[in-house]
Amino acid sequence: MRTRDERNFQIFAHVIMIILSLLAVVPFALLVISSFTDNDTLVANGYSFTPEKWSTYAYEYIFKTGNSVMHAYGISIVLTIVGTLAALVLTTLLAYALSKPDLPGRSIMLFLVFFTLLFNGGLVPTYMVYSNMLKMKNTFWALLVPGLMMNGFNVMLMKSYFCSSIPGEILDAAYIDGASEFQTFSKIALPLSKPIVATIGLFSGIAYWNDWMNGYIYLTKRTDLYSVQNLLNRMMQNIQYLSQNSAHIQDAGVGLASIPSVSVRMAMATVGVLPILVSYPFIQGNFVKGITLGGVKG
Amino acid sequence: MSGVAKQQGKQMTQKRNLKRYLPLYLMALPGMLYLFINNYMPLPGLVLAFKKFNARKGIFKSDFVGFKNFKYLFATKDAFIITRNTILYNVIFIIVNTVLAIFVAILLAEMTSKIKKVYQSAILLPYMISMVIVSYLVFGFLSTENGFINNSILRPLGKDPVAWYMEKKYWPFILVFVSAWKGVGYNCVIYLASILGIDRSIYESAAIDGASKWQQIFKITIPMLKTTIVMLTLLAIGRIFYSDFGLFYQVPQNQGALFSVTNTIDTYVYRGLLELGDMSMSSAAGLYQSIVGFILVLGSNLVVKKIDPDYALF
Repeated sequence: MRTRDERNFQIFAHVIMIILSLLAVVPFALLVISSFTDNDTLVANGYSFTPEKWSTYAYEYIFKTGNSVMHAYGISIVLTIVGTLAALVLTTLLAYALSKPDLPGRSIMLFLVFFTLLFNGGLVPTYMVYSNMLKMKNTFWALLVPGLMMNGFNVMLMKSYFCSSIPGEILDAAYIDGASEFQTFSKIALPLSKPIVATIGLFSGIAYWNDWMNGYIYLTKRTDLYSVQNLLNRMMQNIQYLSQNSAHIQDAGVGLASIPSVSVRMAMATVGVLPILVSYPFIQGNFVKGITLGGVKG
Repeated sequence: MSGVAKQQGKQMTQKRNLKRYLPLYLMALPGMLYLFINNYMPLPGLVLAFKKFNARKGIFKSDFVGFKNFKYLFATKDAFIITRNTILYNVIFIIVNTVLAIFVAILLAEMTSKIKKVYQSAILLPYMISMVIVSYLVFGFLSTENGFINNSILRPLGKDPVAWYMEKKYWPFILVFVSAWKGVGYNCVIYLASILGIDRSIYESAAIDGASKWQQIFKITIPMLKTTIVMLTLLAIGRIFYSDFGLFYQVPQNQGALFSVTNTIDTYVYRGLLELGDMSMSSAAGLYQSIVGFILVLGSNLVVKKIDPDYALF
């Protein structure tokens, strides 16, 4: 039975949620519409939801001349795949070992994992290690390794999943049947842990695709290693630089023409966010589960 | 049993143990090695905060200067500004994002239509994208020459365009808005899960007693959420000395005119290290953040543990 009170509440809730949903989505619409707007219209009227003249010029430009975009795309894809796989391998193996209550030295290892959640050296010492000691600056490793490959939180999350969701008897039985530790891990523990593996894979994948910081800090010369995010970031900085120094630059003979036009920028950002937008309907269910799984402690 | 036999027995168990546990240690090795490189190898570098960095001599051979770097750091007005900005923004973010997330979660939980899944997806979407993309989206609205606000809102109203990236008075609002826009969906998911865990029969008996929808929300839902709210807030307070570098660096586009309202400890450390080459200040500020952050995490966890050990980190 629906009372009047109930109906009013439902209407109120719909109105509010429609407004908030629009607020969340509208900036993306502005981005995409701008990328399909004629450049002259953009310069004259600015970014708009209802452009006077539409155009696919920006995309033609990217696909014809924008080798750098496709190249950066390739880097981002390779980085995301390799990074996610590495993250899953490191995290699941370590979590599995730590889930064995009788493993000698387990508590020391757990403490070492856990301590990383409480204290970290911060940017300066980390930068020193990766650039001066490990010489990763201006290599692909710099995109892959610093910070993103594994974190203590995911290890703890997965360890408690292993401990709580896989009955010890099954593992013991497998062990008695002569299965090696690695076989038990790959044939029993992993298949039983699909939800958490999927969640951590998803979070790692998004973290790698979205990361711009590693490239920004460590790729000072090798712009050919730029990911999509780094390319977009560099482009935005160039725009800012030019708009602040336009007087000098015109003197120096470097016209504004040398940076991508207004619509091309938006098209590049659209291309950069596209994989997330396209895969979102498929991954968001799993993503929501992942947040609730780790959320309370995250 | 003779001593020799005992010795042999012990050796055999050790051997068996090694055989049994060796695969596990091998499995743990790559992960532990990564933590060693990524999290432990940098720690000795923290001594840099007590040294006058000399690139030729390197970190460990640079001259020791004691607390001089800290004295200089806290003598500048930067130290106050970055501490104030980091803490104040975090406090506002915690309040705004919590209130909004709970509000949205309650509405979603009470909605009967299936379309609520669509609303939830829409609100969570901004959480998925990088700060670089966010900076483009914000630029689309705020760009002085081409931005939507200047061209499609202010101009038709006959108002002068605003140079958004030059005017610091707007930025506290912009940053709070962007933070909520990006983060509310995430917090909302957590609160929603919490609300869905409340026993529905409580609501049914309240409805029979004639409680209105709003009464149910204020008398049942919000009180039942109290523990979750307190826990999440305390854990956020534990992180109050850290800021989202991307939000404060990318979204204001590193504009000098805005530094007094956008500079946080993280952006200060970054600029010191990579833009100004002021290693000593940068590492002093970094250590200051690490230590105060550590104390806050421990402290807030202690409080959480007292209230409800299930939520505590340790």
